[in-house]
Amino acid sequence: MGLKTPLYDAHVRQGAKIVDFGGWDMPLHYGSQIEEHHAVRRDAGMFDVSHMAIVDLDGGRVREFLRFLLANDVARLKKFGKALYSCMLLPNGGVIDDLIVYYLSESRYRLVVNAATRVKDLRWIQTHAADFAVAVVERQDLAMIAVQGPNARQKTAAVAGTAQQNALLELQAFFGADFGPWFVARTGYTGEDGFEIMLPAAAAVDAWNKLLAQGVKPAGLGARDTLRLEAGMNLYGNDMDEDHHPLASGLAWTVAFEPPAREFIGRSALEGARRSGGPELVGLILEDRGVLRSHQKVMAAGLGSTAAVGEVTSGTFSPTMNRSIALARVPDASVAAVQVEIRGKLHAARVVKPPFVRHGKPLIEIQPQEHSK
Amino acid sequence: MSNIPADLQYTKSHEWVRQVQNGAVEIGITDHAQSALGDLVFVEVPDVGRALHAGEACAVVESVKAASDVYSPLGGKVTSSNGTLASQPELLNQDPYGAGWLFRLQTSTPADSSALLSAAAYASFLADESK
Repeated sequence: MGLKTPLYDAHVRQGAKIVDFGGWDMPLHYGSQIEEHHAVRRDAGMFDVSHMAIVDLDGGRVREFLRFLLANDVARLKKFGKALYSCMLLPNGGVIDDLIVYYLSESRYRLVVNAATRVKDLRWIQTHAADFAVAVVERQDLAMIAVQGPNARQKTAAVAGTAQQNALLELQAFFGADFGPWFVARTGYTGEDGFEIMLPAAAAVDAWNKLLAQGVKPAGLGARDTLRLEAGMNLYGNDMDEDHHPLASGLAWTVAFEPPAREFIGRSALEGARRSGGPELVGLILEDRGVLRSHQKVMAAGLGSTAAVGEVTSGTFSPTMNRSIALARVPDASVAAVQVEIRGKLHAARVVKPPFVRHGKPLIEIQPQEHSK
Repeated sequence: MSNIPADLQYTKSHEWVRQVQNGAVEIGITDHAQSALGDLVFVEVPDVGRALHAGEACAVVESVKAASDVYSPLGGKVTSSNGTLASQPELLNQDPYGAGWLFRLQTSTPADSSALLSAAAYASFLADESK
């Protein structure tokens, strides 16, 4: 038996297939993960993400602390409520976790970190926070619901009540703010518009049921994975980990090398890696039928290539494109095509730049597939 | 609960066998199997004419989640396979005992089907497995 979120009973009532995820009993799907995927792309779906850890940081030197702890620079956050995506690195550049940081006030920031890495993250944060007299408070009193899709904001606003409705709809992308007992951020992990709602655990079931009554479809971890992969977003443990630095994980855009004077953990290792070059993360679209999966070998295209040059880090079937897609780590991102070994056979795949899908539409042109043998 | 038609025979690896006539059989995967796999997105069926021995991996059903081998419950020669599944793998979720059939086999004569489970035996096998 694993840990349970406040919404566990609601998932079971709605017929969820429950699986273990990082020690938590979480819904994989509620019948059809493809239908849940389409609901998010076309209308609105909701995910219980209460297993993720919400960590508040308080102190007069909290900004200075985060500028040292994170590879991205919180000095980029100029307005209260603004969010920033960042990696937290080891001194050798390996990724401890990826996270979102919210700038709440001069002396308070909020982090949202992954469930599976929660314990090591907290230990790492606490170790370094002590030097800056920053208090680290994990908010286990909060649950979190992500409502995603083209109609997600409207449907959430209808639940929030008339007093909050207009203000909620005016919330800008990548900002969060308090709305009564809710902290709502216009962020997500699907490539669609929507909100992530952090709310008191005791209020989670009521909010979930009200969203359900608005026609928001419950969606499980299965759909969450296909949606994030279509959106070209990394999954910690698959596409990045402690053995790979952000530059080899498609996350160079999240590393703030400027200003050069800012010291952050992992900086010197990343500067070395930037000079020497190295593997990169690319997108793949399978030309043949079949499904790309993590750890499949990637070969250079062309005849007689038998040595693996890279590896699929995340692969799945894309319900929006009706085709298999993947992220893969390869030595040279400039090649146009590769071959991937699936059950002992080589299959052609096109190299593309993620994301694959945004706001319900494929971003990459694909030819209709022939159904040959 | 999963649907287990009384007129079919089953394997512990969740295939079903329908006796057609004179040693000709139709083979697919059970309702329990399709439900456990989730939405199927890719199905590979054996080529017509291929000779199979009992227990041989001969087809692949792949869901969003994972790929899974299908084992031939009996030995014999493949006489036809369900090509419609290439473009409509969801038929396997919707109708596992009908439109979602995988392939047909002319079994070696006489076919040894004594290792196959009756519907009742398969149902109790599933009940034990979920304990």
